[in-house]
Amino acid sequence: MEVRVVNVRKEFERFPALHDVSLDIRSGELIALLGPSGSGKTTLLRLIAGLERPTKGAIFFGDEDASQKSIQERNVGFVFQHYALFRHMTVADNIGFGLKVRHGAARPSGQEIRRRALELLDLVQLSGLEKRYPAQLSGGQRQRVALARAMAIEPKVLLLDEPFGALDAQVRRELRRWLREIHDRTGHTTVFVTHDQEEALELADRVVVMSQGRIEQVGTADDIYDTPNSPFVYSFIGESSSLPVKVENGEVWIADRPIGLSAPHAPSGEAILHFRPHDVDLVDGCSGCIAGTVAASRRVAGTRRVELEIGGERQRVEIELPVDHPAAQKSRVAFRPRRWKLFPAS
Amino acid sequence: MADPEIKSYEPHHESQSAAVTESRPVKAVLMAIAFAFLAVFLLLPLIVVFHEALAKGIGAYTEALSSPDTRSAIRLTLLVAAISVPLNVVFGISAAWAIAKFEFKGKAFLTTLIDLPFSVSPVISGLVYVLLFGAQGLLGAWLKAHGIVILFAVPGIVLATIFVTFPFVARELIPLMQEQGNGDEEAALSLGAGGWQAFWYVTLPNVKWGLLYGVLLCNARAMGEFGAVSVVSGHIRGLTNTMPLHVEILYNEYNAVGAFAVASLLAGLALVTLVLKTLLEMRYGAEIAATRGH
Repeated sequence: MEVRVVNVRKEFERFPALHDVSLDIRSGELIALLGPSGSGKTTLLRLIAGLERPTKGAIFFGDEDASQKSIQERNVGFVFQHYALFRHMTVADNIGFGLKVRHGAARPSGQEIRRRALELLDLVQLSGLEKRYPAQLSGGQRQRVALARAMAIEPKVLLLDEPFGALDAQVRRELRRWLREIHDRTGHTTVFVTHDQEEALELADRVVVMSQGRIEQVGTADDIYDTPNSPFVYSFIGESSSLPVKVENGEVWIADRPIGLSAPHAPSGEAILHFRPHDVDLVDGCSGCIAGTVAASRRVAGTRRVELEIGGERQRVEIELPVDHPAAQKSRVAFRPRRWKLFPAS
Repeated sequence: MADPEIKSYEPHHESQSAAVTESRPVKAVLMAIAFAFLAVFLLLPLIVVFHEALAKGIGAYTEALSSPDTRSAIRLTLLVAAISVPLNVVFGISAAWAIAKFEFKGKAFLTTLIDLPFSVSPVISGLVYVLLFGAQGLLGAWLKAHGIVILFAVPGIVLATIFVTFPFVARELIPLMQEQGNGDEEAALSLGAGGWQAFWYVTLPNVKWGLLYGVLLCNARAMGEFGAVSVVSGHIRGLTNTMPLHVEILYNEYNAVGAFAVASLLAGLALVTLVLKTLLEMRYGAEIAATRGH
């Protein structure tokens, strides 16, 4: 089922949580809504689910306008951040709940409900735990039960709010791989919310980066990482360094020196240069490069991070060096960004 | 400190650290004061009630309880509780639901209103009904014209009892429901449940122990209420006397055995309530813990 969010705006008591957001989610896609807290990602998820109504705009499930439909009518599977398992019901009853509350002919027999619950429990690899209560399960197990419960109603779309937020790092990684497997096996259109970029980039087919109620960029992990389209995405995803520069006649300048980068289409004037710390070429001597003195240096796993002080205004910028590079304190290092982007100075 | 292992999802009572533990004599004195106080003010009167009730033997006791007026008082008390407690359960759940799960204007005001019966003297609560429904009252003439009797009859007693006891259930449920939030209900709705299904299958089971606790307190108060009921009942023997009123009448007539026999029933009710309450707290302490407040 494809889902289209069209020009949706959402206000909470006049305070806008989403400004004019549009998004096409393809059928069968696993897509991540990624952003810092307050970016509106959970609001967008709840709007798709029908837990909130948009102030303006529409949400389509396929060709059908679902905006005015209640959450029951939308038939979505929602996995809550803290799972919201029913504490007084066994695991099997939790999973079967969505079938038990159906009416008339749509409601399967008790036996059938039980059979389905056990089947799903098997899918989420928790066979044998059907008689347990939620309090008797670990965090990771609860997460799986919550997912099984959401899938029991054969949802058109599966929505997960910070699915791994409450778990420790080890279990997180395991469940991440496992969710991908389940998704590939069942083919549900799946949207999940996360503030963890590693999770989003690793797990999702496409990532929606959000900030302050707006979508900044939508793309694959490669798109997002290699060609960020805004200073926010540059700084939010991965490591980034930035420097104030000047553009004149299609050349990039720092203070009174050209740094060997040409930007023929950039307008002249002040700008901010963004690049990845590891995406630089070290150069000898300096005609057309960025040069600075090493102000601090620290070892990070297989590389060394150095902070350089550039020019008279003592702008600091971070780059990555090979561990065996002889750059010590106070020595000068010259480099040129390999991949970079200019954004207008704000 | 003996148990370093923390079992999650169970309430763990904080063990006292050595730094705040008082010395032995101080402990002993504090405990002695507490016990002496309870013995003098609670235990002694309780013993006196049963002692006086049985002063002339079991025969006199049962005879006192089987007099027609006493029986009628017991029946009336049970009837009033049977009407007012269920109504207050419905009211308490609706009020708690509204306050805990919705945002609306006047919410703080409603919360304050629920506490009103606790802060108003019961006599005044009764008097309000006299002013409203009495012959000279606001609605008195209209009621009389339509042949509706409220004051000095069962309806008046029920109304006064409902007024006095309505905070109990609501006050138990509000903090509990607020703490639990909307998550479970949202989950139920997302799975296709209707509003009523979500309530029956999810909300009610989540608050059942708190609710039972509230009902217990509400019932104890409904059966024991004196002040408000005294004002509206008219003390008509065999008709509008509840147990507490009947105790007073018998006592004023120097019928000590009769008065204390009925009083012993009320005391028995209090003891049963106390035992049930303790059992509930022991068993479901975590769920009830959130509801402290009065």
